[in-house]
Amino acid sequence: MLERLIRLWQLRAAVLRWLRRGWHLFVDRVVEPVMECAIRICGWSAILFIFAILFFVLWIAAPMLFGGLDLVEFFTSENWRPTSAVRPQFGILALLLGTLSVTALAMLLAVPLGLGAAVYVSEFSSGKLKETLKVLIELLAAIPSVVWGFVGMMVMGPIIIHFTGAPVGVNLLNGGVILALMSVPIIVSVGEDALKAVPDSYREAALSLGAGRWEMVYRVLFPAAKNGLLAAVLLGVGRAIGETMAVLMATGHAIQIPHSLLDPIRTLTATIAAELGETVEGDAHYRVLFVIGLVLFAVTFVVNLAADLVVKGIRSERTS
Amino acid sequence: MSGPPEQRTAAACSLLPGELDLQEGQAVPLAPRDIFTASSLERWKKVKETIAKLVFMAMTMALVLPVLCVFGYLVVKAWPVLSVSFLLENPREKMTAGGIWAPLVGTFSLVFLSLVVCAPVGILAGIYLNEYARDNWMTRIINLAVMNLAGVPSIVHALFGVGAFVLFAGMGRSLLAASCTLAVMSLPVIITATREALNAVPRAFREACWNMGATRWQTIRTIVLPNSISGMLTGVIFEVARAAGETAPILFTGAVFFTPVPDHGWSSFFPYRLGDRCMALSMHLFTLATQVRDVPEETLYGTAVVLFGLVLAVNSLSIGLRAYLRSRKKW
Repeated sequence: MLERLIRLWQLRAAVLRWLRRGWHLFVDRVVEPVMECAIRICGWSAILFIFAILFFVLWIAAPMLFGGLDLVEFFTSENWRPTSAVRPQFGILALLLGTLSVTALAMLLAVPLGLGAAVYVSEFSSGKLKETLKVLIELLAAIPSVVWGFVGMMVMGPIIIHFTGAPVGVNLLNGGVILALMSVPIIVSVGEDALKAVPDSYREAALSLGAGRWEMVYRVLFPAAKNGLLAAVLLGVGRAIGETMAVLMATGHAIQIPHSLLDPIRTLTATIAAELGETVEGDAHYRVLFVIGLVLFAVTFVVNLAADLVVKGIRSERTS
Repeated sequence: MSGPPEQRTAAACSLLPGELDLQEGQAVPLAPRDIFTASSLERWKKVKETIAKLVFMAMTMALVLPVLCVFGYLVVKAWPVLSVSFLLENPREKMTAGGIWAPLVGTFSLVFLSLVVCAPVGILAGIYLNEYARDNWMTRIINLAVMNLAGVPSIVHALFGVGAFVLFAGMGRSLLAASCTLAVMSLPVIITATREALNAVPRAFREACWNMGATRWQTIRTIVLPNSISGMLTGVIFEVARAAGETAPILFTGAVFFTPVPDHGWSSFFPYRLGDRCMALSMHLFTLATQVRDVPEETLYGTAVVLFGLVLAVNSLSIGLRAYLRSRKKW
């Protein structure tokens, strides 16, 4: 009896050992390769998605892009009459200029302020103040674009009407200011990183030669960090071009080439957001909106690529 | 400066105003006041310093203060309507009355689902880029793709969502399609955050583990991940905040102006199924502000305040967690 019990116990131990060895073998031979494979596939997912975005937008835009759409008219005509019963016209010049003007205005405001704030945070403030400002700017970046648009409509609009006497408060100026505030955080954070990347020895050398803080910033840091600062500006531009909800709500939605700061305008992004819901799936108007999406994709791709190349430029300079 | 001492003295004296006829060994007639008082040049430099500092400070404050004021104003305007019942009630009477329960739950489901989809992929991609990838052209292209994916306009993501998920994958306009679109959009955020978290783990930890005979994956599982999991968590929380505020990508992929859901009982917590269209807080704010007439102002402001309050709260959580982790970091 006892012998049988002992044998049973030994059998149990043997089975357990065998199971454990099997488990280890399973982990080594199956789980690990599967995990590594998954990791590799996921690693390439970013490339996959970039191409997927291009592919699927092109997939819907293609019938219009390669037939039916007069590309010369598309880029040079300012007549955007997609729903006209007689002859629909798809000219995005006015929309393109709308995007350009509101982006330019936003950058005019955001670049000096953003770079100034980056310099202040990086060079002139320290300790608690620095941490607080960085957190505040990070929080500024997190505010949803639809809330910015709402602020543009409900707060900025009446202020603009009050001070300028413009007939409508939602216009180029409003959109520009809102976009500037939205793209400032990215300019500040990337600009600050660029300034932080300048070696401290540069600062020490400048200060020991008798330069003041301001002279150091202007004569030493700006030239040394110019690529990073340029990248910051480019990323800000990219964000401003691609912004949708805020400009949809704050720029007034009138298709025209702007002549003054107080003209309502409409941008490429806002056009897609406003009209895609009202079109019939698969008709010309619907597909043209996807063509506009392709244009936007191309523009932001180029801007981001430029920013990346500029940053790469610094890195190779540093190492050489 | 070289040369005999008398020449040096003479050179120094030539800098001083007025004629001096110094003999060798004679003391230079300079009072301490003349030496230690700033010259006009130096004073000008000091002034310039102060001006520069003030200008930069003004620039920073010009960004920060008005924004704080505006958001304070929003909260003040929304104050009368903010209450628990505002959060827990459905919109009523063509959205001119009632609360924001349906859009709130919709936003939660969207964000949760998008997280389920993109967190594993993003974290694995971050692990690949930091642990496996060598510094070659392929890695450079992946980095470029991540950066560009982050820069693609949100409305283009929406178009992609319509093409890929709604039409091609046959999901229709649904919660699932909208979440997938959001997931693709927030992928680069998660990848970047994961990489940074992994990068913060010292290389010596890995080397020690390799020396014990562990494989690459064992090292990652037992050493790298436990040491960086909290850093990844901050990235994921950050992504949650971003996804909760997005409007454009869900506009055409699954969000609707209005859909009735139960607002009491157990079913009110999971009112949407994967194939349903849903409401979302950001979309709701957009609708109220631009499409619906006669919405009381407080409701508008209340919705905006809840939306950005939610986003800021989640973000502050992430920032706080990061600060806490940094303070107790052991290496």
